[in-house]
Amino acid sequence: MSLPLLDIRGLAVTIPTRDGEQAAVSNVDFTIDRGEVVGLVGESGSGKSLSMLAVMGLLPRHLHVSGSIRFDGVEICGAPERQMRSLRGRRIAMVFQDPMTALNPVKTIGAQISEMIRLHNPKLGRAEVKERALALLESVAIPAPERRFDQYPHEFSGGMRQRVVIAIAIANDPELLIADEPTTALDVTIQAQIMEIFARLRAERGMAVVLITHDLGLVAGLADRMSVLYAGRVAERGPVGPVFTAPRHPYTAGLLAAVPSIDDVAERLYAIPGTPPSLGARPPGCAFAPRCDFAVPLCRMSEPALLRFGSAVVACHRAEELSLGDLPRKEA
Amino acid sequence: MLFSPPARTIQRPRPRLSASIGRAFRRLGWAHLPVIFALVVLVGLVIIAITIPWWTPYDPIGLAGRRLQPPSAAHWLGTDALGRDVLVRTLYGARYSLPIAAGVLLVAVSLGVLVGALAGFLGGLVDNVLMRLADITLAFPPVLLAMAIAASLGPGLVNTALALIIVWWPIYARLMRAQVLNVRKLDHVDAAIVAGVRPGRLLVRHIMPLCWSPIFVNMTMDVGQVILLAAGLSFIGLGAQPPTPEWGQMIAEGASNFYCWWIALGPGMAIFLVSLSSNFLGDALRDVADPRGRQ
Repeated sequence: MSLPLLDIRGLAVTIPTRDGEQAAVSNVDFTIDRGEVVGLVGESGSGKSLSMLAVMGLLPRHLHVSGSIRFDGVEICGAPERQMRSLRGRRIAMVFQDPMTALNPVKTIGAQISEMIRLHNPKLGRAEVKERALALLESVAIPAPERRFDQYPHEFSGGMRQRVVIAIAIANDPELLIADEPTTALDVTIQAQIMEIFARLRAERGMAVVLITHDLGLVAGLADRMSVLYAGRVAERGPVGPVFTAPRHPYTAGLLAAVPSIDDVAERLYAIPGTPPSLGARPPGCAFAPRCDFAVPLCRMSEPALLRFGSAVVACHRAEELSLGDLPRKEA
Repeated sequence: MLFSPPARTIQRPRPRLSASIGRAFRRLGWAHLPVIFALVVLVGLVIIAITIPWWTPYDPIGLAGRRLQPPSAAHWLGTDALGRDVLVRTLYGARYSLPIAAGVLLVAVSLGVLVGALAGFLGGLVDNVLMRLADITLAFPPVLLAMAIAASLGPGLVNTALALIIVWWPIYARLMRAQVLNVRKLDHVDAAIVAGVRPGRLLVRHIMPLCWSPIFVNMTMDVGQVILLAAGLSFIGLGAQPPTPEWGQMIAEGASNFYCWWIALGPGMAIFLVSLSSNFLGDALRDVADPRGRQ
């Protein structure tokens, strides 16, 4: 087995607050191989975006990042700006959540794509740049790219803009694409089209994709493996199939049960009770224990370690004994 | 829109020029009346300012008729206390007031934008030093500061302009800094960083193009202010010196002959028309500069 493309070990991000340093992300491990799609799942504030921003070196300066982030074998955690710049756009690219704001509103689509191409290929001639830009627009299924080239972002629909954002991200054939909730701001039919584009990019270009999302349907459809984050820590990690059919962590099971199903006649949708702990109010022991239906006294006292169960890794004291394939629904 | 994109679907044969100007006017209609008005006034004044020596009926600083005459066919805006034609002097005044307003604003805005953009983008110590400098300047009432500077430099138009620049740049520095800080938070700037754009290019190509609207609007509104303050300095004797036909200077003369209302009417109307026009133009400019507003 060769080196993983991205190898994060013991990543921690701490935020200085009035009550001292608070860990927003702690001890997160994450790997992704070339051509692989890994889902990063969790509720808002679980630290999924923070960890990926740390990879890009985009976190505000007052946040403290520690741990190891290796990209293609090279340590990039705390790397100088110059080194990060040589990776950004060329080898690692990112797609943002909201296509409405991720494009420069005062420049044409064509100018923005061309800039990205020229940035990393300064010797290319004008005609060649345009040719490549048009090819990119075509590869993300934008009809009539010739005409669209000279239009401004506001002349595009949301789905179209997200395709342009993707086209810009893949302009220099990056090895790793980080997609931060790429379909959250889009409607469902467009979501499917965007996912199709990701699937094709991966098949055609061998691009690895980190899919940050809270939509488990996307993960099931596209990802090979998934990591579930809760309160800045890994709750469960493993191949998508086993995790979906036999989740070991009650939080994963809860997330899965919260997905509405069409053959379900339940009158009320399942929701995990409560909210994730806020930054300073992390309970001792397992962070999920206050919301967990299966919590025992041990859970409130000591924090569970990540242990391997079959193909997955789980942080739960009761992972071995619980069978969570079908979470019992409580009557409303 | 004034600058609507060309129709893409139907290629019409090119019509004769006169016909297309007529059609353009009809299509632009009432919505663009302010812009047309502003362009006519400003372009007209500039042309007059340049060409007036060749066709003026009277000498702007020489005797033109009896003193303190009300408006008549020979003197459309009457004559002042020294028997000079008020209309001719007003039109000559454009040769002083317009270049001062344009020059002061151009320099003050360039300086302010540069300082503000650097302060907002670099932050930290640079930001602190530059902005405290701006704060110090802004702490003085602008008229007093301009007076003090103009007085210490000595009377004259160039010194007045210098004083005005020193008073005016901090406003634009603050405005630009705030804009840069705001635009910097937008996703597309992060997207550009992620794509590997260098800091200099980031500022110039990805942040500053979104910062211009309030600068433009403020600038056009300030045209009137600059002319007024320059006129004010001339009024108290620090700016243009008599017999220069500068508008503020002329209003000062009108004030000492208060019952001859026509003496101040000419320069007063000129200041009013120029500031109004520059406001109209500013609105239009903002619409054109920001494609988000385009249909």
